[in-house]
Amino acid sequence: MNDHTPNSARPRTIVDKIWDEHLVTPGTDGAPDILAVDLHLVHEVTSPQAFDGLRDRGLRMRRPDQTLATVDHSIPTTDRSLPIADEIAATQVSRLEQNCAEFGIPLHGIGSPHQGIVHVIGPELGLTQPGMTIVCGDSHTATHGAFGALAFGIGTTEVEHVLATQTLLQRRPKTFEVRVDGTLHPGVTAKDIILSLLSRIGIGGGNGHVFEYGGSAIRGLGMEGRMTICNMSIEGGARAGLVAPDDTTFEYVAGKPHAPHGSDWEAALDRWRALPSDEGAVHDRSISFDAGELTPMVTYGTNPGMGFPITDRIPDPEALTDANQRDSLRAALAYMGLNPGEPLLGKAIDVVFIGSCTNSRISDLREAARMLRGRKVADGVRVMVVPGSTEVKRQAEEEGLAAVFREAGAEWREAGCSMCIAMNGDQLSPGQYSVSTSNRNFEGRQGKGGRTFLASPLTAVASAVTGRLSDPRALL
Amino acid sequence: MSLEPFSSVTSAAVPMPRNDIDTDQIIPARFLKTVNRAGLGDQLFFDWRYLPDGSPNPDFVINRPEMAGRAILVAGDNFGCGSSREHAPWALTAWGIRAVISSSFADIFRTNALKNGLLPVAVPPEELSRIASILEAEPEAELTVDLEASELRLPDGSAIPFTIDAFARRMILDGTDELGYLLAREPDLEAYERAHPPPVSTLAAD
Repeated sequence: MNDHTPNSARPRTIVDKIWDEHLVTPGTDGAPDILAVDLHLVHEVTSPQAFDGLRDRGLRMRRPDQTLATVDHSIPTTDRSLPIADEIAATQVSRLEQNCAEFGIPLHGIGSPHQGIVHVIGPELGLTQPGMTIVCGDSHTATHGAFGALAFGIGTTEVEHVLATQTLLQRRPKTFEVRVDGTLHPGVTAKDIILSLLSRIGIGGGNGHVFEYGGSAIRGLGMEGRMTICNMSIEGGARAGLVAPDDTTFEYVAGKPHAPHGSDWEAALDRWRALPSDEGAVHDRSISFDAGELTPMVTYGTNPGMGFPITDRIPDPEALTDANQRDSLRAALAYMGLNPGEPLLGKAIDVVFIGSCTNSRISDLREAARMLRGRKVADGVRVMVVPGSTEVKRQAEEEGLAAVFREAGAEWREAGCSMCIAMNGDQLSPGQYSVSTSNRNFEGRQGKGGRTFLASPLTAVASAVTGRLSDPRALL
Repeated sequence: MSLEPFSSVTSAAVPMPRNDIDTDQIIPARFLKTVNRAGLGDQLFFDWRYLPDGSPNPDFVINRPEMAGRAILVAGDNFGCGSSREHAPWALTAWGIRAVISSSFADIFRTNALKNGLLPVAVPPEELSRIASILEAEPEAELTVDLEASELRLPDGSAIPFTIDAFARRMILDGTDELGYLLAREPDLEAYERAHPPPVSTLAAD
C-alpha cells in the first residue's frame, strides 16, 4: 500500500498532488475517498434525470458558483434565430433552461456569445485552470487535462452527487506515462500523435489509469494541440489524461475572463509551478515513442484504436491468432466495406466533418483554412465546418477563415457537437463514408450505417479537395 | 434513488461474444434526447436489433424468442467502452439484464452500472472463453451470479470468484445509495470548504 498522505516525502505524480489537495475525506472501512470538485460543467443531455433526483429528495444545489451549463449536444447547427424543429430536443433544451433557473446555475444557452461545446468554452472562459478537479457528464471531459487539471467524465447519478454535494466518491486511479519526444514532421499533428497512441495500446489499453502526457513533442505543442490529445484519452480507456502545466499553459490562461488577476495571478502561478510530477515519481505503466517517426494517421475500423499510418494497407483478420480479435476485425471490415490488403489512400468519400471537442478550436480552423485557401471542395463531397463555440465562430469570421471555407464550397455552421454524435440531425446517410476530425468511429456514431475515418483537420481538408482519402503532405 | 436489495441472480444467458461493445451500440445517441431514465429497454442495441425497414433483425441474439426474460449477458472483452451515457445501464436493466459477464469493463460504464444495481462481473479471459464454450454447447444452461458470495457458478458445479468494489457491493446488497452516504458527511464537506476557497466562481462577471 502506497503512502498517499500529503506530507509524505515520497515523490508524487501530478495526479497524486491534485488528488491530495482535493481529498475531503480519505476512504475508510472499504469506502472510496471523497473528492472535492472545483468545476462542474453541465449540458442538456446527461443532466435532466440528475435534477429530477435533486427535486425528488428535496435537496438544494450545493455550489451553483462552481457550476456552469451550456447547450451543445442536441441543438441544431443551423440558423439560431429559428425555433428547434426537433420537439424532443427542444424539450431537452428547455428543461435545462428551467433547471438552471430553478437551481441558480449560470447558463450559456442559445444566443449567448459564450455558448459552445462544453469542453471548448471552459478553457475559453479561463474557468479551466491548472490543478483543478473538473467533471462533466461527458466522457470527453479529459480535454481540460491539457491545463494540468484532473478532469474526467461521469454518469448522470454522479452528476446528481456533484449537484448535491460538490463531491464524488472516487478511488485513486493508477497512472500511465505517455512520453512523446522528438519533432513532428510537417503535415503531422497532435491528432496523429493521439491516434498513433491509440493504435499502439488499443481502445481498452488505459482502463483504470490516468494518462500523463510528457516529452518534448508534447511540450512543443500549443494548448489546443494538447487539448486534442487529452480529449481522446477516453478512447484509450483512460477516464482522464493530463499534461503538466508550463509557460505555454500560463500564457494561454492569462487574461482569460475568469483567470486570476493581479496578486492572485502571482499566487496562482506559484501553486501551478509546484504541480508537475516530482523527480522520481513512479507511474504504474509507461509507453514512449518518437514523434519524428509519425506520419498522418487514419482509422480504418469501428473503434478509435483501429488506426494506422495513412499509407498502410487494411490488415487481414486471418493473420490474427485470437479468435475474438479476429471476429472483431472481420465485423469491423464488413461494416466499413473494406477488404484486407487494400490501401485506404484514394478511397472515395462523401462527407468531410471538421469540428467536435477534439478539433474545432481556432487553431484547428486556422490550419484547415490555410490548406483550403485557393482550393475547392471536390464535386459531390459535402464539407461541414462546425466551430466549437460561438466565440470561435466569431473569431474565425473576423480573421477571414469563414470566408475561406465558404468560398471553397464548405458549409460554415453554428457551434455545437453536430455530426460528432449525430443527435441533432447532422448525420451521415447509411453507407456514406466520412473523413471526420471527431473522436469516435463506432458503428452508427455519425448516423446509422455511416462509416467514419477519423483523421486530423489537415487530412480532412486534403480529402475534401480531392474527394478521396488523401495524404495532406502532398498539399503542403 | 434507492434500489431493491439484491444478492444473486440465476438465469440462462444472452451470449454476445464480441469485444469492445461500446455504449453507442448499447443505446445509440439519438435516443439520448429523452429527459427520463425509464423506458429505454426498447432502444437497447437498437441498430443491431432492427433492420433498416424497422423489422427485428432475426440474426441478432436478443431477438430470439428464448432470450426473453434472461438476466445475464455474456459479452467479449472491454464491455461498455466509449461514451459516459448512463442510458446504457438504464437500457440494459430496463430490458431485464442484471449482470454482465466479461473479461474487462470500461471504467465509466462499470461505475454507472454499479450505481444502477447492474453487476459488472469481470472474470479472467480463459474463464470467459470457458463460459462461452459451455453456452455454445448448452445454450439453455443457467448461470448464477452470487454477489453475497462474490462468485459466479456454472452448470458444471464449478465457481469462479469475482471482485466487485467493496463499497458498491455493500450498497447493492443493502439496497442503499451513495448519495445518502455523501450527504451524511456534511461536517467533512463544510470543513473542506472552509479550508479551500474555490479557485473559480462561475457567477463572477465574465
